[in-house]
Formats: sequence, structure tokens, C-alpha cells
Amino acid sequence: MSELTQVIDKNGLIVAFLLVGLLTWLTDLFSKKILSSRIPGSAIAIFLALVFGYLGGVLADGEKGLADLPLFQGLSVLGGSMFRDFAIVATAIGASFVLIRRSGLLGLISLILGIGVFFISGVAIAWMMGYRDAVSLCTIGAGACTYIVGPVTGGALGASSEVIALSIGTGVVKTIAVTILTPVLARKIGLDNPGAAMAFGGIMGTSSGVAAGLAATDSKLVPYGAVTATFYTGLGCLVCPSLFYLLLKAIVD
Amino acid sequence: MIKGLAVLSFSFLLGMWCGQLLGAWLAINTNVGGVGFAMIFLLLSKEFLSRKGWWNGELEFGIEFWNKLYIPVVIAMAASLNVKSALSSGWLAIIAGILPVLLAFWVFKMLTGKFNPTQR
Repeated sequence: MSELTQVIDKNGLIVAFLLVGLLTWLTDLFSKKILSSRIPGSAIAIFLALVFGYLGGVLADGEKGLADLPLFQGLSVLGGSMFRDFAIVATAIGASFVLIRRSGLLGLISLILGIGVFFISGVAIAWMMGYRDAVSLCTIGAGACTYIVGPVTGGALGASSEVIALSIGTGVVKTIAVTILTPVLARKIGLDNPGAAMAFGGIMGTSSGVAAGLAATDSKLVPYGAVTATFYTGLGCLVCPSLFYLLLKAIVD
Repeated sequence: MIKGLAVLSFSFLLGMWCGQLLGAWLAINTNVGGVGFAMIFLLLSKEFLSRKGWWNGELEFGIEFWNKLYIPVVIAMAASLNVKSALSSGWLAIIAGILPVLLAFWVFKMLTGKFNPTQR
């Protein structure tokens, strides 16, 4: 047994690949077979990971969630800022200039509007719940945009680990909410053509939520929604820790 | 594959550098929007290479791999966060996750109502 422990200790990152892979496999299966893809497997996996992070926090009493346990220490490498930012940048490859031009003005307006709506309402809710410092407010507001903008913003501004976790939790709840509500409300809001799907992707932003929600509505609309949604996170990562933070700081201070 | 990865790394480092410069310029002393800049550089690189005819599937694969890896990375990140303390204000995550979505559905309806009256 001690040999195995040694191997695990030395190859933390590889162990993390295995763990995340297994979790994704199980949640994808669960999503397909039991929920008939109503909630995307990735959303369940992220949600479960947060639960495991909570359990890890209870067991190890540290600050890095599950990664404080020796067996799972590689998770903090795989989920560290270098890999995270690198992988996020790679997602831009899913978009092309031609399609962006085609989505045109409506897509751009919806992107700006979407980030604004989520950021402002997220900040307002955080304020009502008692947060007063600009860094925490900005991070939670960014988390209301997506679960990636939140931690990127929090990391850039030096927010506490709890606030960053909260921003991710907020973003995950948003993804699930968009996934469930999209097919329910699609007809009421006129979400039945490519142009509307582009605007929808821009306003909602969460790529997995938009893709899953549109797939449940009309699978032909998925790429149109994804085109604008891809930009949401990048744009959010650009404006939340910079422009929005400075504005917020000026208001709060 | 490694060429695509090199393009991605180049864009990443260039973007991070810009973010760092912007951060220094704004006197926040952190990286500001480096990820966003890097994404823009990646798209510009792709556009440039496509025009030159140097872009191919093999190249794209190196980037596509990391594109696909982003959700696993987020899963690992979620598991290594301090969720325990965050849950003490758990209602915030739930309210701040759902209320803005409902608001956004309403905004969407207003927006498409204004822009696309004939298309439906």
C-alpha cells in the first residue's frame, strides 16, 4: 500500500486527471440516462465538485477544499490559475470573425447588456446580503455573469477564497437556472430563430447553460447561441476586473 | 499539434503581458483582463494564419484540446476551493444565481421585441 501512496504523492496532477475524468464520466452518464440531458453533465460535475470541496474543507480544515487531502492535492494544480486561464483562452477558438460579423449589432448589444444586467444585479444582491467592500462585490457580481468570470475577477483583484468559491457557486446556479428555464420560457420570449438565439447567447452568456438550454429547445439554434456566448466570458474577464471594478470602487468608496 | 499549442501559448503570454501592463498602468498591480486580451490575440492569430493558408486541422487540434479541457479544469478548481466558508452565506449564491437570470429573460424579450419585430 505504501508503494501506491508514493506513486499518488509523486503524480498528483495525473491523479487529478483520473479523478476529474471519472467524475465527468459518471455525471455525463447520470445526465443522459436519468435526467435525459435536462441538466448538462458538466453542470452536475461542477456542482458535485463544490460539494466535494465542502467535504474536503470539513475533513482537512484547510483553505483548498478537497486539495488539502494528500490524495487529492493534484486538483489544486489542475484547477490552478495557470491551467485555468490557459484553457479559457483556448475556448476563443470556437468563435470566428465571419460569424461575429454576421451576429452584428444585435449580438454586440446583447453582450454588453447581458454582462451589465448580470453584474449589476449580482452586485446589488451581494450588497443587500451585507457585502460592502469593492473587491468582494465585484467578484460576486462577476460570478453572476459566469462561473469563470467570477474566479478570474476574484483572482485578479485578490478576493478571499470564500468569496471566489461563492462567485463560482453563483455562476453554477446560473448555469443550471438557464438550462432549466430556457426550454420552459423559449416560446414566451420569442426564442425561435437564429437571430434571437444569438442575442440570447449574448445576454445569458453561460456557454454550457446556453448550449444545453438551446439544445433542449431546438438543437438548430445551438451554434448561434454559442457564437455570442463564447464572447461573454472573455468580455466579462476583460471588463469586470478593470472597468467595472474601477466604477464600483468609485461608488463604494 | 505542438504548433497549435505554440500559437495558443504565444497568444496567452502576449495577452497576459498586456494584462500585466494594463494592471501596472492602472496602478492595481495585478493582471487586468489578460485572459480577454489573450483571446483576442488568439482570434487574430487564427485569422492571420488562415489568410496565409497555414491554418490546418492538426494545428487546431492543439488548441481544441485545451478548449475541451476547460470544463475539467473548472471542475478541479471547484473541488479545490474553500466551499465550506462560502456556504455560510449559501443563500446569496442561490439568489444571485437565479434572480438575474429571470431579469435577463425579461431584458431579452424587450431587446428582441425592439430589434426583430418582423422576423417572427
